[in-house]
Amino acid sequence: MKKRGFLFRKSVDIAVRAFSALAVALAAAAMLWIFWELFARGGAALSWSFLTNPSKPYGIPDGGVANALLGTVFITSGAAVLGVVPAVCAGIYLAEFRDTPKLSAAIRFAANVLMGMPSVLSGLFVYTVMVAPTGRFSGLAASVALAVIMFPVVMRTTEDMLSMVPYALRESALALGMSRMRTTLLIVCRSAGNGLLTGILLSLSRVAGETAPLLFTALFADSWPTDYFSGPTANMPVLITEYSTNSPFAAMHAAGWGAALTVTALVFLVNMTSRILFREKHHGN
Amino acid sequence: MAIKAKAENLNFFYGGHQALFDNNLEVEANRITAVIGPSGCGKSTHLRIYNRIFELYRDQRAEGRLMIDGVNVLDSGVDVLELRRKVGMIFQKPTPFPMSVFDNVAYPLKLHYKLKGGELNDRVEAALRGASLWEEVRDKLKSGGLALSGGQQQRLCIARAIAAEPEILLMDEPTSAIDPVATLKIEELMLELKSRFTIVIVTHNMQQAARISDFTAFFYKGRIIESGPTGTIFTAPSNPKTEEYITGRFG
Amino acid sequence: MKHSFGDCLFKWGCLFCAAMALLLLFGFFAQLTAGSAEAWRRFGFGFLVSSAWDPVAGKFGALPAVTGTLLTTAIALIAALPLAFAAAMYLTDAPRPIALVLGHAVDLLAAIPSVIYGMWGLFVLVPLMQDHVQPFLVERLGLCGLPFVNRDFNGFGIFTAGIILAVMILPYICAVMRDVFVMTPPVLRESAFGVGCTRWEVARDIVLGYGMRGVMGGVFIGLGRALGETMAVLFVIGNVMKMPDGIFSGSTTIAATLANNFPEADGLQKSALFALGLILLCMSFGIQSLSQYCLRADAVRRGSR
Repeated sequence: MKKRGFLFRKSVDIAVRAFSALAVALAAAAMLWIFWELFARGGAALSWSFLTNPSKPYGIPDGGVANALLGTVFITSGAAVLGVVPAVCAGIYLAEFRDTPKLSAAIRFAANVLMGMPSVLSGLFVYTVMVAPTGRFSGLAASVALAVIMFPVVMRTTEDMLSMVPYALRESALALGMSRMRTTLLIVCRSAGNGLLTGILLSLSRVAGETAPLLFTALFADSWPTDYFSGPTANMPVLITEYSTNSPFAAMHAAGWGAALTVTALVFLVNMTSRILFREKHHGN
Repeated sequence: MAIKAKAENLNFFYGGHQALFDNNLEVEANRITAVIGPSGCGKSTHLRIYNRIFELYRDQRAEGRLMIDGVNVLDSGVDVLELRRKVGMIFQKPTPFPMSVFDNVAYPLKLHYKLKGGELNDRVEAALRGASLWEEVRDKLKSGGLALSGGQQQRLCIARAIAAEPEILLMDEPTSAIDPVATLKIEELMLELKSRFTIVIVTHNMQQAARISDFTAFFYKGRIIESGPTGTIFTAPSNPKTEEYITGRFG
Repeated sequence: MKHSFGDCLFKWGCLFCAAMALLLLFGFFAQLTAGSAEAWRRFGFGFLVSSAWDPVAGKFGALPAVTGTLLTTAIALIAALPLAFAAAMYLTDAPRPIALVLGHAVDLLAAIPSVIYGMWGLFVLVPLMQDHVQPFLVERLGLCGLPFVNRDFNGFGIFTAGIILAVMILPYICAVMRDVFVMTPPVLRESAFGVGCTRWEVARDIVLGYGMRGVMGGVFIGLGRALGETMAVLFVIGNVMKMPDGIFSGSTTIAATLANNFPEADGLQKSALFALGLILLCMSFGIQSLSQYCLRADAVRRGSR
């Protein structure tokens, strides 16, 4: 038998490994690049008045993003209020009640599919069921759209977290004569509590920056979000979209970058908080 | 008798923890050398130096010399790809690759040799025959390696290891995950293979060592306490520790 | 033991919430089907192959948007797939502290809101594409002869959108591939190195072969995200409702068309938009189902080992 040389195989290996280092470097560079642009362009627009004044149409000085920031907080909190409890209950069903495996499998499948659904379709859905019948755009509709996006994510996280709780813990609680509901809520959920909170915060950080569904539900307004329940509501993502795509003015673009930096900071604040929470829990054990 | 491999003052470290201390061992060509000792004593660690497989892990490090055919294989100039062709390894669990039975055996051949047309088929068949597996798998060469039984999978791994014409076979407790009947088959196979290869086998099963090996090395806490012809080690050990282990008083 | 009334209520409440997942999925289909009924009645299946989009004449077709969606997704996958695989390979082999830092850096890409990608694309990438990248590709490298490559250097269009999508889906595919790499049994890897493989050969022949279904699942997840991404595409694709001449042409995708046209649309146009939504829903439903199938088959196989 004739031996094969190693030179070719080794060169290919070295080339591939160089490429793989390059791939990571590229991804990291893209990340740094985006953040650099955000800070360089957005940082210039940031100021105390930018964060505390409401937005104003082009040409009127001292416009800010305070109303949009508050609107985004309203809409996101609204989504949490509407979405978290049903999602956690749904997760509890999948993790704790195992007497209908076929139904559970179907539900799990539906949840997984929903997680990969384009967010724009959730906006379209809520538009049809809430906005079109009443003829009113509203912050509440936006909250519902975001809740629809959060729902499957929180549900599956809940199931995963509860499944990690040892079965013996449930049995010992039930053996003490606790009811099923008390066992689940007081023992199982509490011991998975940190993981649950992390999952919820992570999903909130994801929907806080969602834009597409808001175009169908909240729209935008240059006013404070007092019409959350009944009218177009200011919010950061749509403000960014409007300022950067629908305006030819450099001043508006700058404000858009300022808003982009603010909303990214907000998203990362929530994101990091949740990660730190989770890590503490792990070290605490 | 020719010495095929020779460990000279081998020390081994997992990070800061030293696992092997001054191992000295001579491995004779075309013989079976058994490495025995209680679990955690460093027998597998010792074996994993021969083909430098430990280098996959950054924190593991070997010092000293390991001579194979008079060359220190720990030298940085030694080509690991060629070393690993020359020194095949069989693991505790059967590890068929995620491909067909045929491709499992053909894979190392294609890596290391330039083969023409029918030559590959002949080589694969020869390797499977060499591992006493041909008759059992000749009709399922195209099915996945995982479809075979545990004992067959392990013999497939042996076929894969001998296909590339190695000179030394390292076996790390090759029968520990396999039923007694299949174990017997593999032991018979090893006795056949020793005419062509030098075999070093790590085993926790002393009967197995006594049945098949020509030489035995007894490891304890990272040191080689005693080594020599298997008959001597099992009937008249010179070290009391060896005798304690052989007679089953610990381990 | 008899279940108390409270327990019963609790269980049924939870079941109701869980069933909402099914109801929502069904609701998506029902609402889009109902909304698009008029368009289907008017155009039939011709809607799928017509490239007309004329609100004044009342003629609508899905072809331009579907083409744009498929082309941007294809470019994103072609660019992201090898990079994600290579990055996953590096991150699993790199020393721990480096892997940790760089792994987090890649993960951070997934946390950036899509509208930020849109801005970055619009203000940073589009000018760069227009002035440097596109002229370089076409004139220096002479790619002009290739199919789908046209001279239309305005920076907006399918190519730019595809590149942004590639950056966006890379962390998702990379994460799944890292899982696959890590889950390969160490002894299988060792035995591959044991027969004399290089690292690349182990990754290509053993790890990939072992985790093929998992990798496919990751690919489908990335594919699904690229198909439905709205904002990042909307900012840079140019929003042109006609068949593109090539990958540097302005175009549109289904998601971008919905976001761009829905607010002003009514009547037949709205129905046509719902029909586009239904097409997108069917596409992502198919892809997600496939990815579920792949990932589950992979889990079953691992479990059986």
